[in-house]
Amino acid sequence: MHPPSSMTPVVQQPDAVTAPITPRSFDQVIASYQPVIGLETHIELGTRTKMFCGCAAAFGDEPNTNICPVCLGLPGALPVANAAAVESAILIGLALNCSIASWCRFARKNYFYPDMPKNFQISQYDEPLCFDGWLDVRLPGGSVDEDIDGRVDGNANGSADQPSSVRIEIERVHMEEDTGKSLHVGGATGRIHGATHSLVDYNRAGIPLVEIVTKPITGTGERAPEVARAYATQLRDLIRALGVSDVRMEQGSMRCDVNTSLQPIGASEWGTRTETKNVNSLRSVERAVRSEMCRQAGVLDAGIRIVQETRHFHEDTGQTTSGRSKEEATDYRYFPEPDLVPLAPETAWVDSLRERLPELPAEKLARLQAEWGLAEKDMAAVLGADAVQLIAATIAAGATAEAARKWWLGELARRANSDGVELEGLAITPKQVAEVQQLVDRGSLNDKLARQVIEGVLAGEGEPSQVVAARGLEVVSDTDTLGAAVDAAIAANADVAQKVRDGKVAAAGALVGAVMKTTKGQADAQTVRTLILERLSAS
Amino acid sequence: MTEFIKLPAAELAGLVADGTASARDITQAHLDRITSTDERLNAFVTVDAEGALATADAVDARRAAGEQLPALAGVPIAVKDIVVTNGIETTAASKILRGWIPPYDATIVTKLRAAGLVPLGKTNLDEFAMGSSTENSAFGPSHNPWDLARTPGGSSGGSSAAVAAYQAPLAIGTDTGGSIRQPASLTGIVGHKPTYGGVSRSGLVAYASSLDQAGPFGRTVLDTALLHEVIAGHDPADSTSLDAPVPAVADAARVGANGDLTGMTIGVVSNLSGEGYEPGVVSVIAATVAQLEQMGAKVVECACPHFDYALAAYYLIAPSECSSNLARFDAMRYGLRVGDDRQASLEAVMAGTRDAGFGAEVKRRIIIGTYALSAGYYDAYYGQAQKVRTLISRDFATAFSGCDVLVSPTSPIVAFELGPRAEDPMAMYAVDLCTLPASLAGVPAISVPCGLSGGLPVGLQIMAPVLADDRCYRVAAAVEASLNSPVLATAPQL
Repeated sequence: MHPPSSMTPVVQQPDAVTAPITPRSFDQVIASYQPVIGLETHIELGTRTKMFCGCAAAFGDEPNTNICPVCLGLPGALPVANAAAVESAILIGLALNCSIASWCRFARKNYFYPDMPKNFQISQYDEPLCFDGWLDVRLPGGSVDEDIDGRVDGNANGSADQPSSVRIEIERVHMEEDTGKSLHVGGATGRIHGATHSLVDYNRAGIPLVEIVTKPITGTGERAPEVARAYATQLRDLIRALGVSDVRMEQGSMRCDVNTSLQPIGASEWGTRTETKNVNSLRSVERAVRSEMCRQAGVLDAGIRIVQETRHFHEDTGQTTSGRSKEEATDYRYFPEPDLVPLAPETAWVDSLRERLPELPAEKLARLQAEWGLAEKDMAAVLGADAVQLIAATIAAGATAEAARKWWLGELARRANSDGVELEGLAITPKQVAEVQQLVDRGSLNDKLARQVIEGVLAGEGEPSQVVAARGLEVVSDTDTLGAAVDAAIAANADVAQKVRDGKVAAAGALVGAVMKTTKGQADAQTVRTLILERLSAS
Repeated sequence: MTEFIKLPAAELAGLVADGTASARDITQAHLDRITSTDERLNAFVTVDAEGALATADAVDARRAAGEQLPALAGVPIAVKDIVVTNGIETTAASKILRGWIPPYDATIVTKLRAAGLVPLGKTNLDEFAMGSSTENSAFGPSHNPWDLARTPGGSSGGSSAAVAAYQAPLAIGTDTGGSIRQPASLTGIVGHKPTYGGVSRSGLVAYASSLDQAGPFGRTVLDTALLHEVIAGHDPADSTSLDAPVPAVADAARVGANGDLTGMTIGVVSNLSGEGYEPGVVSVIAATVAQLEQMGAKVVECACPHFDYALAAYYLIAPSECSSNLARFDAMRYGLRVGDDRQASLEAVMAGTRDAGFGAEVKRRIIIGTYALSAGYYDAYYGQAQKVRTLISRDFATAFSGCDVLVSPTSPIVAFELGPRAEDPMAMYAVDLCTLPASLAGVPAISVPCGLSGGLPVGLQIMAPVLADDRCYRVAAAVEASLNSPVLATAPQL
């Protein structure tokens, strides 16, 4: 229930399982087990100052410049809670449909690690600020198995037009301070193992964190990995909409730890869980659940028990490796923080915050879906690709909803997938996509050329207009030039031309292909076709 | 010179204010006194003569410029070495912090400086304020000016010895379970533990956060009250600091000096007597209570049954908090570092440093506290102790519904000999019996000298409700006025 932060001292232990175990395929896992997952998400709040002192809560500054006696834990220094951070945490709680505690305390979580200046972290223990909430998460399209005891709603009848959504129960939202950041120098891996020395940057120490803990998520079956990803994505969108954090996983301002366990089908008890850390992207959330499910099934099928432990996800291999065993659980000796007074948010204040809640993603999605005229299935696909903001921005830059959706879910999604990045990570902006589409709309580009322009932009060749100029990708619209090419193609393929004259219009495709070849694709295929048919019917 | 060191702070400030004496001369007189006596007393860990004289000169310059000086401007003061001082080594009398030069001032030090007081240096204490005799100091014990073979009390024993020996007219102490009041009692001076939250804790090296309070020492009740008013008040840097007006303690001291307690009801805590209380102490206290009655107070007996559990509760709560507060001393950022040969593991350096840097009593309390907070033991120890704490607060509330103040001996015994008791932790803990309840309940309590037993001073403890510190001072001033001559005047000359 109360996991260590990622900075808990790591006592290296060998994998409990030393013999090689073959992971099961995902289908094999699903045939024998039900997964139970849970997510613990840390959000770095975007407050101007730190949680308990006046230092700037800034990212990327010179190491150890945003520090003071309080966040360095110097003797005698005392914490004072940042009201803006408390407010942000309450906003998150309200947006997650939580109850807000009328009285709660901070607690000290005691453990030794050099990046924690006081050797205790100020956190919350059995009195979280927000508790018992939920978030309804929309899933990408497709049917949902019927044997999932009603937890995934909306699509049990298999109708492809219905979205499926799952209600994720939120156990708690609590506040804590971040630790400093260790840099292990001299080893090959950047891990403490093998390092010659370590450096600590305390700029991050004391930055306000909110930890959002789900209740165990059961009954999602084969969709567990995508449920995890959808939750993380939509939680991120929710928090971004609140404006209380920039929620960037790659910068660590949003960090997901994923708990996974397997329950043999028919068994009444849940299996032993593992906690996977170092999950640094939304895509990895899904991959981590999937790979951990496969690994655990392999272990269980070999007749070996699962060790309760922290595991590290590796972006490159998509696998997890053993971190620290929790068999002998660290005792954090939580007790109420005596240096801080209890938090007692007044009802009137909480109510005023509730009124300040902006349009939340769920409402916004419904609005956008209507504005864009999308079917449920198409909207689900947009959500699944995490493309809502990108499409909205592309539309704002001048593209039609249909075109914007087509680019982001088509060509660009393929590119992101093959490059192994998120759509957002592609080196192209919504404005550039809109610009390409405008060139298409004006007839300056055909689809094939437009894809080449996109490729050029992604390759860093500049703005779409620059790529068009540099690559010479303008559509050939000069009818004389085209006419010559058409005549040449007819002459070179007399037998085909004769078939067309004989009424086999479909055979014209070969002639079109020949013209496109000689014009290096820079002709509009429809125009070419028209010219061919004109000439062959006229003769 | 001698005239300066024997004068109360209020008078010294008057001399500076009207130009009769310079702050520099007054400061120099006290520095000379330290030089001539501290080899025997060991009251100071650090003497900052240069800084003190510079501060004194600044006060003299302010006066010369025609500035209106604050109440205690130009008066020297000794500061317990657990209070963080910018640029001056702060050790908490521990090897683990030796050599640490803080980059900031405690709020109370900022207030002292703003008020023109002249810090002479840092005084000795039991390591991290854990002890009742200064014998747990890494720098050796301080000695009681009444009898150099005896303790000046603890943990603020360096401060009490300094004031009692005329090294300084005023001092700052800290009190977690009695560490101001007991040393005041054992050296024949006045010491007050303010209401919890009355004085900022920002810049006190923390021992037990929910109990620690800084407070004033003086040779007179009025001096102590004047210093109280300098250091008290809300501090935004300390969340537990109370946002309430500072009680008018100096006025209360002046009123009390009239010796009229008509209309006051004083409760004598029946539980703070009996076995373990020296007969000499008991009879001096009884005589003092009779005197209070003569001054017009109504005296009643008060039973506070849960005070009997204060010692047990305190020695769970304070060690629990200390086990966490002292975790930061790990060799990583400041202070001692042992065994870092570039091969040893992080854990080995941390453990080696803490083993070498902490004394036996500090280790004992860290271990007790770590145990008491452990999963499976928390409810039985820390949790139970917190319940006892609540019951003690209720005892106070019940008592204060019928009394204005409660009184008891400050210490069951007079100053004891250095040495034997230090071998027996339980015997040492028992010395705190009378002072612990007020600490656990966060109520203010003062110790005022009220007589001698076997030639050694006895202190009366006066406890009042939260933020009624003024009542402590009023009654203390009445006790002071009732004595034919100040207790301290009968102390042997060093």
